[in-house]
Amino acid sequence: MSEPAVEIRDLRFAYDGGPPLLDLPAFSLGRGERLFLRGPSGSGKSTLLGLIAGVLPARSGTVNVLGHEMTKLSGAARDKIRADHLGVIFQMFNLVPYLSVTANAALPCRFSSARRKAVGGDVSEEAARLLARLGLDDSALLKRRVVDLSVGQQQRVAAARALIGGPEIVIADEPTSALDADARDRFIALLSEEAERTGAALLFVSHDAALASQFDRAIDLVEINHAVGREAA
Amino acid sequence: MNSILSLALASLWNRKGTAILTVLAVALSVALFLGVDKAREGAREGFGSTISGTELIVGARSGPINLLLYSVFRLGDATAEISWPTYEMIADREDVAWTVPISLGDSHRGYRVMGTTQDYFTRYKYADRQELSVASGELFDDLFDAVIGAEVAGALGYEVGTSMVLTHGLGAGGLMDHDNRPFRVSGVLARTGTPVDRTIHVSLEAITAIHVGWETGTRNPLADSISEEMVRSFDLTPRTVTAVLVGLERRGTILRTKRALDTYPREALLAIIPGQALSQLWEVTSVAERALIAVSLFVIAVGLVSILTSILTSLNERRREMSILRATGARPGHIFSLMVLEAGALGFVGAVLGAFVINLALAVAGPILAARYGVSLVGTGPGLTDLYTIGAVTLSALIIGAVPAWTALRRSLADGLSIKL
Repeated sequence: MSEPAVEIRDLRFAYDGGPPLLDLPAFSLGRGERLFLRGPSGSGKSTLLGLIAGVLPARSGTVNVLGHEMTKLSGAARDKIRADHLGVIFQMFNLVPYLSVTANAALPCRFSSARRKAVGGDVSEEAARLLARLGLDDSALLKRRVVDLSVGQQQRVAAARALIGGPEIVIADEPTSALDADARDRFIALLSEEAERTGAALLFVSHDAALASQFDRAIDLVEINHAVGREAA
Repeated sequence: MNSILSLALASLWNRKGTAILTVLAVALSVALFLGVDKAREGAREGFGSTISGTELIVGARSGPINLLLYSVFRLGDATAEISWPTYEMIADREDVAWTVPISLGDSHRGYRVMGTTQDYFTRYKYADRQELSVASGELFDDLFDAVIGAEVAGALGYEVGTSMVLTHGLGAGGLMDHDNRPFRVSGVLARTGTPVDRTIHVSLEAITAIHVGWETGTRNPLADSISEEMVRSFDLTPRTVTAVLVGLERRGTILRTKRALDTYPREALLAIIPGQALSQLWEVTSVAERALIAVSLFVIAVGLVSILTSILTSLNERRREMSILRATGARPGHIFSLMVLEAGALGFVGAVLGAFVINLALAVAGPILAARYGVSLVGTGPGLTDLYTIGAVTLSALIIGAVPAWTALRRSLADGLSIKL
């Protein structure tokens, strides 16, 4: 069996002087797997994603991402792993307002030579190709600023940005919370299809348990995060 | 680095209102600094190129700067004159190759009149030993001929043949006019960019001639009864001259000759070396120059602080932007570079704009200043100082940019992937 994309053991985390936020005995995301992670507000979802992405340093336990033990790496090394191997989609898509649609989709390639190398040719062309696959194929629209797009269109730009350069892991942090049910389901289907096509593992985080059926596996963070239980007790 | 720079420029353009105001603040401060520096250098070069090839200037004993100013730059007045026998003594010295006596004191519509000899037009050199040349007409031949500078001709609309009346002293015309002895313009000199352009040249004898009947300093009631024919028949050798331009046989004797003239026992004389006197003049003015430069440097510092202020105040509203960049792969170095490059870009564009504005302003205003006020700003075009200033301002902006860059970096590390604002 191949090594998982993400494997966490005995992870404990608390901000300086604060109560423990995470106490995870075990968590894993397989390569190419589509995992649904459910949890209410305050359950530590964003903190867990920050630890996996290497933005937050773990104090104890192990966080293994694509064979790299994040707890033993420097901040710069963790940043490089995030830049080269992770794509992130936010709740509000968080596009850069002053960049065009194409430039937003191509943004990770500015920071990662590995992603540029993976694209192979012209980064803007690859961004346009990805956007076209996601349903944004109007060349005039690609040159517009993202703030001029509809919410649905912005969502696709955010997905293209996460997928460009073929990262092995795509993290989606509540990306459908602002959408109606139809748009939400279409977006999840599209994202799953693209992740499957590139072979990326998809970690989809949401508080909405109804979405669980659309993924390979579902985990409730409240159940696996012992810190939440302790605090409640 | 190119991709970060283009990101920095795009981010600045997104905040173009603030960015343009900041650039303007830097541009104005740089324009002020370069303007002061160029005016200083221009004035120095203009003064420095006014006289060349003259080894000594001799006048009645006063201050060296005063002698230089009134004899060469037509600024201020002589406190005393040199007697004609003393002038002859100077001219007859073995170590003296040539002399040009000058006599000042009269004027015409605000322009100074200078009595001299024809030798003045061949001996006086300016800039890089350039000789005076006649643009139209000829040098004075008749007693009441006048050769006028290019600016006098242009400003008063005079040409060869125009009649003009000189005024006694430097005041307004009227009662003090030498209207009984009108002059005729015999020639107009080519423009030199020196005080020569603003001078009316007549012969030394003419100065004596117009003062016949003015021995007491005012017009004698009988002056008009002396006809021009009678005046022409007089011995018009002047009794005094204001100063003497001196050329030496050998430059090596300059200090010995100067000392000999300075210690001449029969009359209190002062001999100055023009370059040395100019240096003394710059020593006097350098205090004010340094103060001006210091003030303009402070203004540049204020311009740079405006960069710091504009970026620092934007940081709060840009926390989400930094967070997005971090999540999409930007490392701390990228965030730091982005901020520093934004500051550098503001400094660079502001400095280039400031240099452009001041050079354009001087190109437009230079001729007007020269025509109206006789201030010749020589060599004030774009130069190395502009490049050094642009470089220094850009470098300073990059260094100053480290302050908001560090703040943004710390915040982006603390905010993590998903800033909630």
